[in-house]
Amino acid sequence: MALIEIKNVKKQYRSGDDIVEALSGVDISIEVGEFITIMGQSGSGKSTLLSVLGGMNHPTEGDVEMAGVKLYQLSSEKLADFRAQNLGFVFQSFHLIPYLTAMENVMLPLAIVKMAAEARKSAARQALERVGLGGKLDRLPNQLSGGEQERVAIARAIVNSPKILLADEPTGNLDSKTSEEVMALFRELNDAGQTVVMVTHNPENGRYADRSIVLRDGVIV
Amino acid sequence: MKLHTISINNLKRRKAKMAFLTIGLTVGIATIVTLVTLTRSMSSDIERKMDEFGANILITPQSNGLAMNYGGISLGGVSFDQREIKESDLARIKTIANHKNVSVISPKVVGGIEVANHDVLLVGVNFDSELKLKQWWKVFGQTPQNVSELLLGSDAAKVLNVSTGDQLELKGEKFIVAGILEQTGSQDDALIFAALPRAQKILGKEGKITLAEVAALCSGCPIGDMVLQIAEKLPDAKVSAIQQVVEGRLKALDQFKRFSYAMAAVVIFIGSLIVFVTMMGSVNERTTEIGVFRAIGFRKSHIMRIILLEAALVSLLAGFLGYGVGMGGAKLALPFMAESKNAHLVWDSAIAFGSVGLALTLGVLASLYPALHASKMDPTEALRAL
Repeated sequence: MALIEIKNVKKQYRSGDDIVEALSGVDISIEVGEFITIMGQSGSGKSTLLSVLGGMNHPTEGDVEMAGVKLYQLSSEKLADFRAQNLGFVFQSFHLIPYLTAMENVMLPLAIVKMAAEARKSAARQALERVGLGGKLDRLPNQLSGGEQERVAIARAIVNSPKILLADEPTGNLDSKTSEEVMALFRELNDAGQTVVMVTHNPENGRYADRSIVLRDGVIV
Repeated sequence: MKLHTISINNLKRRKAKMAFLTIGLTVGIATIVTLVTLTRSMSSDIERKMDEFGANILITPQSNGLAMNYGGISLGGVSFDQREIKESDLARIKTIANHKNVSVISPKVVGGIEVANHDVLLVGVNFDSELKLKQWWKVFGQTPQNVSELLLGSDAAKVLNVSTGDQLELKGEKFIVAGILEQTGSQDDALIFAALPRAQKILGKEGKITLAEVAALCSGCPIGDMVLQIAEKLPDAKVSAIQQVVEGRLKALDQFKRFSYAMAAVVIFIGSLIVFVTMMGSVNERTTEIGVFRAIGFRKSHIMRIILLEAALVSLLAGFLGYGVGMGGAKLALPFMAESKNAHLVWDSAIAFGSVGLALTLGVLASLYPALHASKMDPTEALRAL
């Protein structure tokens, strides 16, 4: 059984008097342990698709089923719980909290989970070590390079051992060398069994994935 | 790492904004503390003054006869229709509803006697309560310590040509002049004061009194009601208030109180507005941050808790600072506001707890909408990038 099942998902936005269709009937099935890249030009609907997948953007039509749960049949608070337990997000601009250290940023998803303080710290330390930042636990985001910030963002996304890791243009703000390192890290995580869904406009990143989905004008081509 | 870590670290990061918020609230709370403390201290000062000014309720016998003056105060009739109040009846005053506001009861027996060929008014008093009532009295020598000692008004001492330590005979009974009053400018100057039981005996009025003066602590106690309550307990007596002293002062204090409360209301409104605007601005600045929290699974209640905890921490600090600054302000302002130079500042734990509680309530209530607004942010909208 597929881990993620998207059936005939449509998403329309109102823009003034016009209605813009960002997704026009998308069907995707993703298996456990897959590494998928979603590619397409700006405005093709790839970020909308990722936000729909992340349980943050209610589709106008269609179903999104994840780990056997129909996401958009959940209340907004249950959906938040689902995200906390099953999803990890890596954002394009890292979106680290500037006043929290690397360690605290990584512990954020655990702040709302009932667990011992020591267990929280241990999980965050392990996640940071896994992305190669074991020596920079107490650094604030502005004391880290772009690549390091991206790694902290990845550590934050995997600290709660999510079923699915969603990444939106994770290399968009990085130079080519750092991009390769980050993509290698995603590959490494995937090799360890992590399901990864990544939005990217860079065709180079496709070679790290098992499968690439290309979107154009809200439909898969 | 818990939710409060986020609140505390955010406060540390936004020092300038949070300092502005704290100062705004502190000024508000300090103003309220100053006004309330000043009002209370002034009330207490006036209460103390009331004692110094003497009686504010007079109990005299019901009389149809001619009036006689005592210190400018009308007493019951004496010459033709003289009645007295039983001394034992005064105990009933302590059973009135407002008995806690009764500070001093000073019974007196008054009667004319002849001393060394001079007509003099003899007043029997309970020296303890009389001295408490007439704090302006200055005594040369000593105040009488036993029933054989007298206190003379300055004019009486002059006319009778006696000084402290001299012997004086009243209706065949011998007394020692223990003290002489410094000139008061009142009728007291012409009187001879003796211990109540001895004077009653000399005047043939054992167990009876001519009048009683009552000093009431009048801030917050209705003198009119007390007069009625005493009149109910003593149906044969005439109970009257010395209205001008009481009402004039209470009215002035009441006006200041009302002004204080109006000021406090304005300050509370402005303080709430400062908190609301600052917290709203802070929430709007943190749109992305809140979007991240929501995306990684924070519930709306988690977001509200973060924002409200920040507000509560700042408000608590402002509450403590406001209390301190407010009390300092009251201490500085009291000498200019109170009537006497030695007015005491009232330190009331209720004001301390109240100011911290008010700051907390104000801060949290004014932050409720910004917190609600933050919790309702759409994570996708908030992040935009996603």
